[in-house]
Amino acid sequence: MAIATQTRELNNVEAVRETLHDALVNDDRVLIMGEDVGARGNVFLITKGFLEEFGPKRIIDTPLAEASIVGVAIGMAMEGLRPIAEIQFADFIYPAFNQIVGEAAKTRYRSNGDYTCPLVIRTPYGGGVRGALSHSVSIEALFYHVPGLKILAPSTPADIKGLLTAAIEDPDPVLFLEHKKTYRLVKGPVPEGHFVLPIGKADVKKEGSQLTVVSYGLYVHQALDAARQLETEDVSVEVIDLRSIRPMDRETILESVRKTRKLLIIHEDNKFGGIGAEIAAMVAEEALFDLDAPIKRLCGPDVPAMGYAITLEEEFMISTERMREAMRELVNF
Amino acid sequence: MPTTIKMPQLGETVTEGTVAQWLKKPGDRIEKYEAFVEVSTDKVNAEVPAPVSGVLREIIVNEGETVPTGAPIAIIDEVGAPTNAEPVADAIMAGTATAVHTAAPAASPSKTNGVSRSDSSLRGVSPAVRKLAREHNVDVTAIRGTGANGRITAQDILEASRAGSAAPAAAPRAPSPPSDGRSTYMNPIPGTTVPLTQARKIIAQRMVESRHTAPHAWTMVEVDVTNLWAWRTRAKDAFEREHGQKLTLLPFFMRAVVGSLAAYPLMNASFTDAGIKVHKDINVSIAVALPDNLILPVVRNADKLSIKGLAVAAGSLIDRARRAQLGADDLAGGTFTVNNTGANGSILSAPILPTGQAGIITMEAVVKRPVVVTGDAIAIRSIMNVCLSLDHRVVDGGIASAFLSDVKKRLEAMGPSGTL
Repeated sequence: MAIATQTRELNNVEAVRETLHDALVNDDRVLIMGEDVGARGNVFLITKGFLEEFGPKRIIDTPLAEASIVGVAIGMAMEGLRPIAEIQFADFIYPAFNQIVGEAAKTRYRSNGDYTCPLVIRTPYGGGVRGALSHSVSIEALFYHVPGLKILAPSTPADIKGLLTAAIEDPDPVLFLEHKKTYRLVKGPVPEGHFVLPIGKADVKKEGSQLTVVSYGLYVHQALDAARQLETEDVSVEVIDLRSIRPMDRETILESVRKTRKLLIIHEDNKFGGIGAEIAAMVAEEALFDLDAPIKRLCGPDVPAMGYAITLEEEFMISTERMREAMRELVNF
Repeated sequence: MPTTIKMPQLGETVTEGTVAQWLKKPGDRIEKYEAFVEVSTDKVNAEVPAPVSGVLREIIVNEGETVPTGAPIAIIDEVGAPTNAEPVADAIMAGTATAVHTAAPAASPSKTNGVSRSDSSLRGVSPAVRKLAREHNVDVTAIRGTGANGRITAQDILEASRAGSAAPAAAPRAPSPPSDGRSTYMNPIPGTTVPLTQARKIIAQRMVESRHTAPHAWTMVEVDVTNLWAWRTRAKDAFEREHGQKLTLLPFFMRAVVGSLAAYPLMNASFTDAGIKVHKDINVSIAVALPDNLILPVVRNADKLSIKGLAVAAGSLIDRARRAQLGADDLAGGTFTVNNTGANGSILSAPILPTGQAGIITMEAVVKRPVVVTGDAIAIRSIMNVCLSLDHRVVDGGIASAFLSDVKKRLEAMGPSGTL
């Protein structure tokens, strides 16, 4: 890992943009392909100006055909390029499911190591932005069951830079999830220069002694707010940002739970069969005799989609107040 | 490793079996192939050999109950492969927690015996608490919980350990006076909320349950115990010399009550959806008030005991109750309750029925009163009120009154002399 000393304040969109730009500059094999990534400069303006700077062979506008975007990128990756495929919204990834799960994730195994698939699939996910049914979904649980696939969901600009760089340099396929509500909401210092974080390491964003909260994405920030509010009441909550959904950092979670003896998992994706289920099962298997309370999950409701009506969206999204009350309840258990 | 024992299929067409008799009780060691339960079906009776060596952890199906073949009837803990949690769990069960779980008025006989092991005493004791209690040698039952609803938290164990107040597991529970200024049932601090201990929770739950399910009715008689009192006064010194315990009115009273129960079997019964279950045995629960708890130890087959036998049996139970040495068996199976409310001077009380029992009878304080006796003369007599709460689903007022009059008649017939 390169150590960078200088930092600059960026938001999450700027962190993605800068990381992609650096990769394009530093490595000729890197290219970006997806819907509206070229002339339009991406719907969040992440790649604005890239087409002019790097040309149409490295910034490729594609048709609205996600299976083809990923399928073509897989072929490029197997033949030595470093494609970064963009799925414009995570909600559109389903047509590419077969390519990602059936092909990319199995390439190394199927070819007995002769081929790898150094592919990054970037996609904005998550709700709370009035995105309604087809611009709000969380997709991580659909993919985390699949061995051979790495899934990253960092929440801060620095983590985005460190992990997106790691994803681009990784020899195997990585699904890189960016919570769209954090894009311009979350700002923070980002190290200058080449900066890589290890894949598979969670980050203790706040230390505490009475309760472990594990979350990722947007909710890390709300959980931190809630935990800091509780500090004024002498309630001490540890907040872990998972960052890497698969591989999962079991050691950091277990170490924390063994210390606090209580675990609350918060995620936006719905509860049933979600990431929280795997964390809860892992902790129950490994640390049952350190638990002083039932493992709790605060998650999205099991409904088919996030509604457009503001009342429905607010019901789906977990407020900081609800997080705070859930934390308080578990600490007092 | 726990092995669940299932109701065996004794014959190809047999679909159910009845537990005729348990040859072992929970906690007993069992060798592989040793018979530990007798099962009867409509075709055959058989002793069932144990499939593993171990310790009988839990009886799931009580004697006399019929379950389908394949249904779990007991759990045996295989020896040699104990799980980490078990030593503490065992210690708790053998110690005072058993008293806690049956603390409230005893459950109906059909629900008592086997369930003890998995019942509420360990509910709410988290794995972390069990582990820490074992590591720090802390008696979980002696800890006052500070968690929600009085739950014992891991922090409570660590603090108890640090305070050095940890009693070895299974040591008798002394109702420890709190030294930390925490508000407890024993030391209630005005302006605070006393957290509920497991025992208080169960008492509350059973009381509400009984009050809500059994329609209570109440009746009372006055009993002239002048002669009985004289008998007891004359006999008490010799009794105390011989048995080392005081002779109270309780065994005389119990003797009268069990005689009446035998005469009125419906008073020795439980209301069930299937019908009124009239019990074969007369097992008398005695209400014993502890400083922070209320328990009902049981004198089994009380009708088979003399006054002396009742005095010794009840005396031993009360003594062990106060020392927290009762086991689950001592608290299980009561069919009718005697409550000595007069011990504290009460002359009238309306008790709540123990769940599953049709009656609870009180003996109030003996007071001297001027009463009109035969020939319209006025005499000073020793009078005791006897109150009865009854489950009106089981008996009507007629039977209850007849029963109570019968108790009165028996008490008034006792003394002024006789054989204990």
